[in-house]
Formats: sequence, structure tokens, C-alpha cells
Amino acid sequence: MIKAENLVKRYGTNYALNDVSFTIEEGEIVGLLGPNGAGKSTAMNILTGYLSCTSGKATIDGIDMLENPLEAKKLIGFLPEQPPVYPDMTVIEYMNFIYELKGCTLERERHIDEILASVKLLDVKNRLIKNLSKGYKQRVGIAQALVGDPKVVIFDEPTVGLDPKQILEVRNLIRSLGKKHTVILSTHILAEVQAVCERIIIINKGRIIANEKTEDLTKTIEEGFRYKVKISGPQAEVTDGLKSIRGVKTVTPTGERDADSYAYVIEADRGIDARKPIFSLCSSKNWPILGMNPVGTDLESIFIRLVDRANGETVTKDSKRRKAH
Amino acid sequence: MFALYKKEMRSYFTGTIGYVFLVLYLALGGAVFCYTTLYSMSSDVTPFYTYMLIASGVILPLLTMKSFSEERKIKTEQLLMTAPISIKGMVFGKFLAAYTMFAGAMIFNSLYFIVLNYYAVVKFWILFGNLISILLVGMAFISIGLFVSSLTENQLAAAVGTIAIIFFFLMIGLLSSLLPSNYFLRYILNFISIFTRFQGFVNGSFDIASIVYYLSVSGVFLYLTIRVYDRRRYE
Repeated sequence: MIKAENLVKRYGTNYALNDVSFTIEEGEIVGLLGPNGAGKSTAMNILTGYLSCTSGKATIDGIDMLENPLEAKKLIGFLPEQPPVYPDMTVIEYMNFIYELKGCTLERERHIDEILASVKLLDVKNRLIKNLSKGYKQRVGIAQALVGDPKVVIFDEPTVGLDPKQILEVRNLIRSLGKKHTVILSTHILAEVQAVCERIIIINKGRIIANEKTEDLTKTIEEGFRYKVKISGPQAEVTDGLKSIRGVKTVTPTGERDADSYAYVIEADRGIDARKPIFSLCSSKNWPILGMNPVGTDLESIFIRLVDRANGETVTKDSKRRKAH
Repeated sequence: MFALYKKEMRSYFTGTIGYVFLVLYLALGGAVFCYTTLYSMSSDVTPFYTYMLIASGVILPLLTMKSFSEERKIKTEQLLMTAPISIKGMVFGKFLAAYTMFAGAMIFNSLYFIVLNYYAVVKFWILFGNLISILLVGMAFISIGLFVSSLTENQLAAAVGTIAIIFFFLMIGLLSSLLPSNYFLRYILNFISIFTRFQGFVNGSFDIASIVYYLSVSGVFLYLTIRVYDRRRYE
């Protein structure tokens, strides 16, 4: 449905996007994830035809965005980073304007009412947009994107500025949209993509560093054994003791303590489960274990590790290049 | 394009700009009419249109200053640029809306002469020449305004910039009178001057070259506006 081929966007010598390619199938919900300034918005702006790329090609349902922008734009509903609303219009006036702007042919009143109901705006439909709160404005922005029932819906950070309850509502809305539409959303909130998206594309510094199914991403990244353990006992002795366990690579005190117990992060080689040896060691020395949790398997730390790794790669490449000169 | 035209027209009247423009233009029109006809005991239409031309140079930028700069500032530009309308359609929609306001007010102002006709002889052919001429000049002024508005987010800068360009075109004819010796340069300055061309019309001579000139100025600035938006996508 959406195809990006070798997209490059260059500003002077800076690459906002550097050779980005991906395909998104019909009906998929895909999350575009990345730190601020990674190129998410640029990618979306190119897909929607707001910006054009330095080189590469973006097609929507087989229609080239540069060659046939009007046809391609008809297939897209877009919510930019800031909701594009006119403060001096009422919600219903605004929706009518969008309806006409997009040249929509669906039955006007019913279509608009359906959209307003789905984003829960019906009770404010006669209020001026400038008098609405940030959360409501954001929802007006979402409603606007849905006018004309476009095949593809693109949301740039749809939950910014919403309260927790509204965030849940918007997520549910996006999930239900996924049944009929192809959805791309960008965010830097990881829980969001984990909750909503079937696939995640991670962008950092203008490059794609991961493009996988959400559950695969969690699996493939898991690296060996990594636990946070809280043990009551003298810190130096405990550290030495833990290090002597076979397979344990590092033991790092986290600095957290209460009374006489300290927390440590223990890393062991891939394939080794060090939980039992830790328990035996501690029980033989009479150091009670107060807690033990796995760390670094949530999306948050995977993300940070991926970004770090990608940054590390570019650093080593740069230094190699420098050596070669 | 039509959706945008409707939206622009409505925004003139839901905001203050439309009313401010109409009040200023109609009040000024009335005052100028009194001054040039009733006060000076004359039924000559030309002074009225000459004063209105200069007044338009200051008042018309009110209509266009918001057109693009406001969209840019409140980020609705992204909505228009990603909607299935062409940049051309967007620019023409806004142009037509501003032009409707101007032409409406100008034609309404001209109705005073119908009243005057009961008390004196009004040369309607000269009036039509003047009216057509000022309507054409208005096209050029509005196009200049739209172009400047597309360059900045700041409405005030857009208005001042527009007035500056308009007065450059109006006043350049005066400059030529300071250059008696250099005939060729004088010819060029008179050629560019909107004011000098306007004076040809007011005498009732229907000057095709001037019509083409006004339409060209308008066309050039509308084209530049479209280019500004085309270009921005590549930046």
C-alpha cells in the first residue's frame, strides 16, 4: 500500500533522511519510532507530499507522490505534528470546510457525525476551536484526517498533549482504524507502539535501524542474562562472591541501598541462567536475597540499546575512515 | 479551490479584517466622493478614482496580509499542502476571495455617481474607463500582497512590505519627471509606473497596452507566489 524507496532528504550537508526504504501492506498498523530529530516527521511529510525528497520515490497504492500528487493525496489522511486547525472556526464549520477541501462525496452530515462521534467531539461541535483544550484540538486534528474515509491514515505523534484517559481512547481508536485503513503513526513513546502497532520501524539519525514485527523485535534483541538483584550483606564481599559464579560477566552495584541491603545488576553470558547459583551462594553465606528482576527486556531498553548500537557503528565507521586517511 | 474561496470569504467576516476593510474603504470612498464632486462643484469622475487608487495602495494590503502568513503561522499550511488541491488552486482561491472584497467595495463606491447623475451630467464612458482601470490595478495590488504574504509569517511585515512595493510602482512615474534629459530611462520608468498608465485611462482612452501591463504584473506575482510554495517543498 505504501512504498518508500531509497528516500533521501538533504538539507545542505545534513541528511534528515538517508536512504530509507520500507513497504507497508494494506491494513497494517505501523509505528515509526525514533528519538527527537531522527527524521520521523520528515519521512511522514514526504509520504504525504508536503515535502519532496532529494532523491528516491514514495508511492501510495502504486501512485507516485511526485508524479501524480493530487491522486495520491486523495488516498491519505494526515495529522501533522501540530493539529492544523483554524482557531476562528467552530468544530462543525471546520469539518465542513475539510469535507469540501477534500472534495468528499460521502453523505455529508452522516459522515461528519460519524467521525465526530468516533473521536468523541459531538458535544463540542458548535464551539470555537480556539476555546477548546489542547486534547480536544488534537482530536479535531484526528477527525480532520478521517474525512473522506482515506485508505491510508498517517498520524504524527497523535497522543501528544492528551491526558492518560484520552491517550487510551486514541489508542483504541487507532486500533479500530487498523481494521479498515492502513495506519502509520510516529511517536517517541515506546509503550504506545507496543500497545498499538503490529510492526515497528525504528529510525535514528535518518536511517532505519530496525524494521520488525513488534513481538519479534522484543525476542531478537534479548541478549543473555541480565538481572537486578537486591541482596542484604556487605557490598564488597557480595560483589566478589557474585563475580566468582561461573558465567557471570559483570556485577555492577547500582548504588541503591536501604539499611544493609544493596542492589546489583548482574550480567552473564548468553545461554546461562545464573539464578540458581546466585541463590545457592547467597544462602550458604547467609545473605538474604530481597529481590530479583530481569532488566532490559522491555522495549525502552531495547530501543536505547539499538540506538546506542547504531550510534556506535557510525562512530567506529568514522574512526576507521579517519585512520584510512 | 472553491472550498478555499468560501473559507477565505467567511474568515473575512468572522474575523475583524473584512469589516475593517469595508468600513475604511467605504468611508474613505464617501469622503473622497464628497470632496471631489460636491465640494468642488464638479461632476468629473477622474479625481475620485485617482484618490481611490492611492488609498487602495494602503488599504488593500489589509486584505492580503493574512492570506498566507497566517496559514504558515498556525501551521494550517500543512493541511492545504497535503489536501488534494493544487498549489495553483490554493493561490487562486485566495486571490479570488480578496478580489471579491475589493471589487465589491469599489463597485459600491461607484454607485454614488448614479445619484450624482440626477443633479449633473456624469460622463459614464469615462467612469467605466476609470472603473475598469482601477479594478485591473486592484488585481495587480492583490497579487503583490499575496506574494509578500507568502514570504513571511508576520502579518505586519507582509502589510508593510506590500505597501512598499505598491508605492514603488505608483511613485516611480514621479521619479521620471526628475530626469528630463535622459529620455530612454524616463521612458522605462513611465512604462513601469502604474500611476502614469492610470492617467491614460482617466482621460477615457482605452489603452490595450495598459490592460496587458496590469494583467501581466498580476500574473507575474501570482506565478511567483506559486513558485514560493513549489520551492518550499524542496527546502
